[in-house]
Amino acid sequence: MAEETIAAIATGAGEGGIGIVRMSGADALKVAERIFRPQRGRPLGGRRSHTVTYGWVVTPGGERVDEALAVVMRGPRSYTGEDVVELQCHGGQLAVQRVLEQALQAGARLAEPGEFTRRAFLNGRLDLSQAEAVIDLIRAKTDRAMAAAVSHLGGSLRQTIGALRERLMEMMAHLEADIDFPELELEVQTREEVAAGCAQCLAEVERLLGGARAGRILREGLRAVLAGRPNVGKSSLLNRLVRENRAIVTEIPGTTRDVIAEWIELGGVPVQLHDTAGLRATDDPVERIGVARTREALSQAHLVLVVIDAAEGLGPEDREWIAELPEGAARIGVVNKIDLNPAFDVAELREGLGGAPVVGVSAERGTGLQALEAEIARVAGAFDASEEMLVNARQAEAIRRAADHLRDAQETLAQGLGVELVAIDLRAAWMALGEVTGETAGEELLDQIFSRFCIGK
Amino acid sequence: MGITKEYDVIVVGAGHAGIEAALAAARLGMRTACFTTNLDNVGAMNCNPSIGGPAKGHLVREIDALGGQMALTADATFLQMRMLNRGKGPAVQALRAQIDKRAYAWAMRLVLERTRNLDLKQGMIQEIVVEDGRVRGVITSTGLFFAARAVVLSTGTYLHGKTIIGEVQRVSGPGGLAPAVGLTASLKALGFEVGRFKTGTPPRVDGRTVDFSRMVRQDGDPEPLRFSFMSPRDEREQLPCWQTATTPRSHELIRQNLHRAPMFTGIIQGRGPRYCPSVEDKVVRFADKDSHQVFLEPESRESHEMYVLGLSTSLPEEVQIELVRTVPGMEEAELMRAGYAIEYDYIISTQLKPSLETKLVRGLFCGGQINGTSGYEEAAAQGLIAGINAACFVEGREPLVIDRSEGYIGVLIDDLVTKGSPEPYRMMTSRAEFRMMLRQDNAHLRLTEKGRAYGLVDDARWEAFVALRDGIAAERERLVRTVAGPTPEVQRVLERLGSAPLKSGVTLEQLLRRPEVRYEHLVEMGLGRPELDESVRREVETQVKYEGYIAKEQQQVERMRRMEARRIPPSLDYASLKGLSMEAREKLSQIRPETLGQASRISGVSPADVAVLMVYLDRMARSRQGAEEA
Repeated sequence: MAEETIAAIATGAGEGGIGIVRMSGADALKVAERIFRPQRGRPLGGRRSHTVTYGWVVTPGGERVDEALAVVMRGPRSYTGEDVVELQCHGGQLAVQRVLEQALQAGARLAEPGEFTRRAFLNGRLDLSQAEAVIDLIRAKTDRAMAAAVSHLGGSLRQTIGALRERLMEMMAHLEADIDFPELELEVQTREEVAAGCAQCLAEVERLLGGARAGRILREGLRAVLAGRPNVGKSSLLNRLVRENRAIVTEIPGTTRDVIAEWIELGGVPVQLHDTAGLRATDDPVERIGVARTREALSQAHLVLVVIDAAEGLGPEDREWIAELPEGAARIGVVNKIDLNPAFDVAELREGLGGAPVVGVSAERGTGLQALEAEIARVAGAFDASEEMLVNARQAEAIRRAADHLRDAQETLAQGLGVELVAIDLRAAWMALGEVTGETAGEELLDQIFSRFCIGK
Repeated sequence: MGITKEYDVIVVGAGHAGIEAALAAARLGMRTACFTTNLDNVGAMNCNPSIGGPAKGHLVREIDALGGQMALTADATFLQMRMLNRGKGPAVQALRAQIDKRAYAWAMRLVLERTRNLDLKQGMIQEIVVEDGRVRGVITSTGLFFAARAVVLSTGTYLHGKTIIGEVQRVSGPGGLAPAVGLTASLKALGFEVGRFKTGTPPRVDGRTVDFSRMVRQDGDPEPLRFSFMSPRDEREQLPCWQTATTPRSHELIRQNLHRAPMFTGIIQGRGPRYCPSVEDKVVRFADKDSHQVFLEPESRESHEMYVLGLSTSLPEEVQIELVRTVPGMEEAELMRAGYAIEYDYIISTQLKPSLETKLVRGLFCGGQINGTSGYEEAAAQGLIAGINAACFVEGREPLVIDRSEGYIGVLIDDLVTKGSPEPYRMMTSRAEFRMMLRQDNAHLRLTEKGRAYGLVDDARWEAFVALRDGIAAERERLVRTVAGPTPEVQRVLERLGSAPLKSGVTLEQLLRRPEVRYEHLVEMGLGRPELDESVRREVETQVKYEGYIAKEQQQVERMRRMEARRIPPSLDYASLKGLSMEAREKLSQIRPETLGQASRISGVSPADVAVLMVYLDRMARSRQGAEEA
């Protein structure tokens, strides 16, 4: 049977030494191949059953997430009777979460409570006497998972989700009333109003995802990327910052063409500083690879340090890549070699960065560094909002899906397609958000329609 | 008591459900009798003079595809036809007709009279005769016994009916007609749980006393479509409807008389539908609104009687007279009939199987408002299914069950037998999870094959259907195979439409998928086939344009079908299953779902309960398999 591939953390919560992410289903090997790089030898798909492979779990961009052992067990000789891959991770609970997220992004679906066991039973891997035990397990796990999900939800997140769903429900009621009772010519929302509603909800959903990210920054560190044209002094700036602060780990060695990262701590928050290859148009194939990597690093940055040479000022090339910076990332303008041109006018740069702070420094002499560090610490601190964190991958995934559906709704509206299609997307977003708080669909929509609109004969 | 006559199928009631049930059974070769309390009242439209609208119009087209009657008679007798939701997508566009009530009822009676194997009889059925859990026949109020192998109950709002106008209560069916008394007691004696609902209707006024110049005229479509796939396109003059609205004075009058409104004095106990509130209900519930819409609709071409949509009420008659005169254009209107509320008995619908047979009595079927629904279309749809399945029962065939992805009829019946309804159930498109697939314009594509398999689709309809089906398939194939190049004709049309010009060749299907490109534009580019039937072109365009959405629904349908394919033995003892929640155990024992899919839709049955059921079903299947192999 072509069942979907499922994934879940197989080890209990808490700070254990090893965490296991288990995947099961027809595509388990494919999913595992996408996220696991063996240190040597063949990819996982080519490995024999019941073998262990050492390697790294990586992001789609190739960044290492954690060191891991991959265990391949092909069906039917596996726990579930399907193809199973287990990734044994070493980086603690946090890393296990991130590994699971990689698996979900690579095509697996989060397993329901007891689903591995259920599949094991359905595929004949458990004998009849074990059936009753399975049922107890499903029951207990589901109830516990529900209780856990609900108890984890603090007041404000629950309220935010509740308000969002209410807003969506109101929009849906308008659309549906208009669809089902057109002859009554009800006062309905215009397409513009629906579009505005979608945008509002999407902003709110993205703020929630931002909250999720803020939580992750506190746990995993702020990712700051130094970017600029070649020879503006990015590397010396990085070295200066590292030398003057407590370096935590040296993680990724590399050539000058690679992205180099160092950890420092500022204001109690771990900050991962990435040096990058200089940004400029080039025909040199090696250099082009470096530029591509820089762009990727930028796309994942929480903070971009825009480094400018005080002697050269802001060039047209700079404006080009600044315009392409990801919207979600904070920015700080850094004018290096300020000692060579103390009269440098920072206004233009500030304006180019949308009013972001600009600091003048000299990496060589070490001037202005304190001011820069203060600005970085301020950005790091801003992420430490009192926002309640999304507690697990399941919730973050549901909210991400809600965002996708809302974007679909906007797209549908933009294409001028019928409101009944918009209604499909809104309903999907509403249901996805319901998964976060454990609420399911019912008769709410009809209740809304009839309480909002006066419909009758 | 001796047997008066023996039938295969007896239908109790000749309203919209009874008509379809009786016609279906007789057309399938059953010796059929159809009883009505009043022969002059066959096919009566006791409330609004219209058929169709969103979801309801969809139902009418599905009835037509299966070989039912409603669409054909509506087409023959409409006064006005409009396609609603024209500004929206094809899935929610819906045909709505104003109907000549008298012409419709008379035409229906003649259809019944002219159908072979069908006896139309006046008589009030008072008792259902059951032996050993199986229906044997019916007894009339005059004491006659008629034997039957299957019985369809379609008593509408007549069952133990009571009408209320102000302080005046009468034991009565709608429109002052005789109610069906005694049958409720018989049903209760058989063990059925019976509920009580309420609905209402507005007053009618004399059109000669209305000043239409103070109202907004609403005309039918210039080129009216038809409900039925088989209806001829005749020329006919359409009649307008008229729009006006209540005034603050109307609302004040209602508030002054609320103490006399049965809804608030406690005379009415039955639960009314939220989508059909009385005007006094609207004024109370939506106190901030100072105006509600009112429409005047003609009841017949021959008569001046006008239906006042929006003023459903059970206020005392003298208040009603005053009330209509507060509405612009009706200052001097004469009431012809007063509005009233009606209470009636219905059977709790979760006592039915998806075939509409009762779980308690084999061979006894229920269809229409007796199942707690409202609306002519909902009634007719159930009547048709009940009639077909009564015939299947007699012949020992598998019953016809339409699933939720095949038709609104499937959604309707599944909701009724799985969830029940706390208020009279009205079909709405928002109840359908596969709305993109269940369009009114593809009803025949969805259901004609089923209708043919069950024997109600005649050769003429079948041939017309096959031609359409094959035409659509051929044209879709051509669109995939044919490539459009960046020729001047193509680019010119695209530019005019604001659509990106072609850089290289694309298939016609890809071109048509662009939101701004319609089939007629392909014709303009010289790439269409203008000779194709309009319905083929429209359907092809819809299929191509909405393929993404339809494919998404198709995935869900397949998931649902897998669950539907897992049958639950009727004898399953839920009390013995470990691991079910208390609520699920109770609900499952009561409703006894036939499939895992149905079980999953019962409120109170959680995904975990479904998983438990699944494990047990598999275990049973495996031990059975083991026993067979051994």
